Amino acid sequence: MSASGFPKAGVVLSLDGLQALIDALAARGYQVLGPVEHDGAIGTGHIAGIADLPAGRTDRQEAGSYRLDDRDDGALFGYAVGPGSWKRHLHRPIETLFKVRRVGDELSFEPPREPPARTALLGVRSCELAAIAIQDRVFQGGRYVNTEYAARRANIFLVAVNCGDPASTCFCSSLNTGPRARRGYDIALTELVDGRHEFLAEPGSDSGAALLAYLPNRPATEADWQAADAVAAHAAAQIHRRLPAEGLKEALQQHPEHPHWEEVAARCLACANCTNVCPTCFCTTIDDHSDLDGHGAARVRRWDSCFNGDFSYVHGGAVRTQTRSRYRQWLTHKLANWWDQFGTSGCVGCGRCIAWCPAGIDLTVEATSIVDSISAEAKAHGVA
Amino acid sequence: MARPRLAVVKFASCDGCQLSLLDCEDELLAVAGAVEIANFPEASRAMQPGPYDVTLVEGSITTEHDAARLRALRDETLILVSIGACATSGGIQALRNFADVGEMVRAVYARPDFINTLATSTPVAAHVKVDYELRGCPIDKGQLLELVSALLAGRRPGLPSHSVCVECKLAGQVCVMVAHGTPCLGPVTHAGCGSLCPGYHRGCYGCFGPAETTNTTSLAAQWQALGASQRDIHRAFRTFNAASEPFRKEADAHG
Repeated sequence: MSASGFPKAGVVLSLDGLQALIDALAARGYQVLGPVEHDGAIGTGHIAGIADLPAGRTDRQEAGSYRLDDRDDGALFGYAVGPGSWKRHLHRPIETLFKVRRVGDELSFEPPREPPARTALLGVRSCELAAIAIQDRVFQGGRYVNTEYAARRANIFLVAVNCGDPASTCFCSSLNTGPRARRGYDIALTELVDGRHEFLAEPGSDSGAALLAYLPNRPATEADWQAADAVAAHAAAQIHRRLPAEGLKEALQQHPEHPHWEEVAARCLACANCTNVCPTCFCTTIDDHSDLDGHGAARVRRWDSCFNGDFSYVHGGAVRTQTRSRYRQWLTHKLANWWDQFGTSGCVGCGRCIAWCPAGIDLTVEATSIVDSISAEAKAHGVA
Repeated sequence: MARPRLAVVKFASCDGCQLSLLDCEDELLAVAGAVEIANFPEASRAMQPGPYDVTLVEGSITTEHDAARLRALRDETLILVSIGACATSGGIQALRNFADVGEMVRAVYARPDFINTLATSTPVAAHVKVDYELRGCPIDKGQLLELVSALLAGRRPGLPSHSVCVECKLAGQVCVMVAHGTPCLGPVTHAGCGSLCPGYHRGCYGCFGPAETTNTTSLAAQWQALGASQRDIHRAFRTFNAASEPFRKEADAHG
C-alpha cells in the first residue's frame, strides 16, 4: 500500500502522455488550471497543453524576494510555489453571496449566477494539498458549511506534482506536509528528468486511477520508483528552514507580552500580504452594497486580514490598534490556537509569507526566536 | 420623499476630483435622479443657496477667506465629505508648508503685494468637522458612487482604510517590490485606487495617502535595500499627501 491508502500503483507517462492527461481532463468537461509564467512570476492560469507550462524555468526565493531564472534540463515543474496559492480558485478573493431587488413591496433574492465549473488543478504541491485539506476542515468540516466553497470543492480534480526543487523559503518537512505528496490528490506526478523526460504517475482516488488507465502509458518499473524516490530525497535535502516542533504552541500562547512582539512590529508593515498569500488564512469580511435608485442591493464577501485595523473593529474602535497585537494574533492563531480550534497547525510550510513579505519577515525565525528565548530563560531559572 | 440636496464646492485644487463625478457617465443620470444637484458650478450655472444635505468639498485651505467660506459652508451642510488629496491632506500645494511662502510669492508673482495667502495649505478637517473622506489624487469614481449610494440608503459606506497591498492581492497581481525589486509605497498607502499602478508594473505613488496603520520607517529601510537613495525616499513621501503626518515625518527623516 502507498501512503495515500491506494495500492502502490504507478504508471509512467511520456510528455505526450502528460498532454493526453490535459486533453482527457478537458474532454471530461474540466477547465484545467496550472502553473503559468506571468509578470515575472509563476502563478496559475488556464492550461490548454504542455506548451503553456513554464518549461526550463525556476525560481530563486528569499525573504522578501522572488526572481525567475532558467534551468537547463527543460523541466516543466522545476520551481517551488508561486505568489498566489490555489486558495483563490476555491475560496474566492471577492464573492457575491446574493443580490436582491425590490419590486413594489416584494424583495426578490437572486443567488449567484456562476455555476461551479468542473476544474482540474494541475501542479498542486504537497504543501498545497495540506492547505486544501485544512480549508476543507475549516469551511465544510463543521456545523456551518461555506456553501460556495463546498460547491466548488466538489467539482475539483487534483493533479499533484511532487517537488523536485524547493525554494530556500520552503519548510514543509518540519510540518510533515511535504515535499512528497502523501494524500489528498487524484493523481500525483513526479517529474523525471534524469536523462529522460517522463512522469511517474500515482493514482490517489478511483477517478484518478480510472483516468490513468485511459492514458497511453507504461507500467512503472522498480527503477522508475527509485528515480522518484531520488527526486523526493533530493528535494528534502534542499530544505533547511524549519519551524520549532517542541514547545511552540505553549511558547506563543503563554507569552502574549513577550518583548519580541514589539521587535517584530518595528519591521512589520501591517500590509496584510502574508495573510493574503497564505494558502490557509480564511478570514473574510462582508460588504453590503446598494444601488443609487434604492431598489437593488448585493452582499459581497471578500478576504480580510488580522493585520487590517477594521478587522477587530467593534463599537467604539478597533481592539488591536497596534501592529504588535496584530502580528501576535496572526502568529499565535496560525501556529498555536489553530491546534485547539481545528486539530492541526494552520501552517503548511509553503514559505509564501516569507518570500512575499515586502519587509522580508520570516515567521520561522520569529517563532524560533520566541521559543529559544523562553527555553533559555527557563534554563537560567533552573526549570527543566 | 424629497431628493437630498447635493452641493459640490471647491477650494485650492485642480478640479480633477469634481470631474470624477461628471466622469461617472453610465451612472451620472442615476446620480442626477437620486439627488438634487443644488450647487455644482463645474456642471451648471444654476447655483442654489443652501442648506444642503450633502456637500462634497474639494481642495485645501490656503487663504483666510477660504477658511471663513468653509466654516460658513459647514453651517449649512448636514453631511460634509472632503474629496481628494487636497481636501484630505493639503495636497501637493502643501509643499509650501516646508518652505518660506513669502519667498515663493516673490518668485512667482509680478505684484507680490496683491497676494494674500496663508503660510500653509491645510486639509478641510483642520478647520471644520468632516463626516467622510474620499482619498486620492484624484478620487476613485467607484468610491464616490459607493459613498453616494451608502448615504442615500443610510448605510455605512465600504471605504476600507487598509493598505493598497490588499487590493493588489485581491486582484491577483504580482508584487512589484518582491518580484521585480521595484520600490512601492503600497504597503503604507490607503486603499481605494484598486492597486492601479502595481497593475501596470509600477510602484505605488501613494496618492491615496497613508493607510490606517503605517510603518514608513520599515518601508524606507526596504527601499534603501532595493537601492533607493535618501533623496528618492524623501521625494516619494513629498508628493500629493506631503503634509499627512506619517508621510511628512518620513520625508523629514530622509533630508
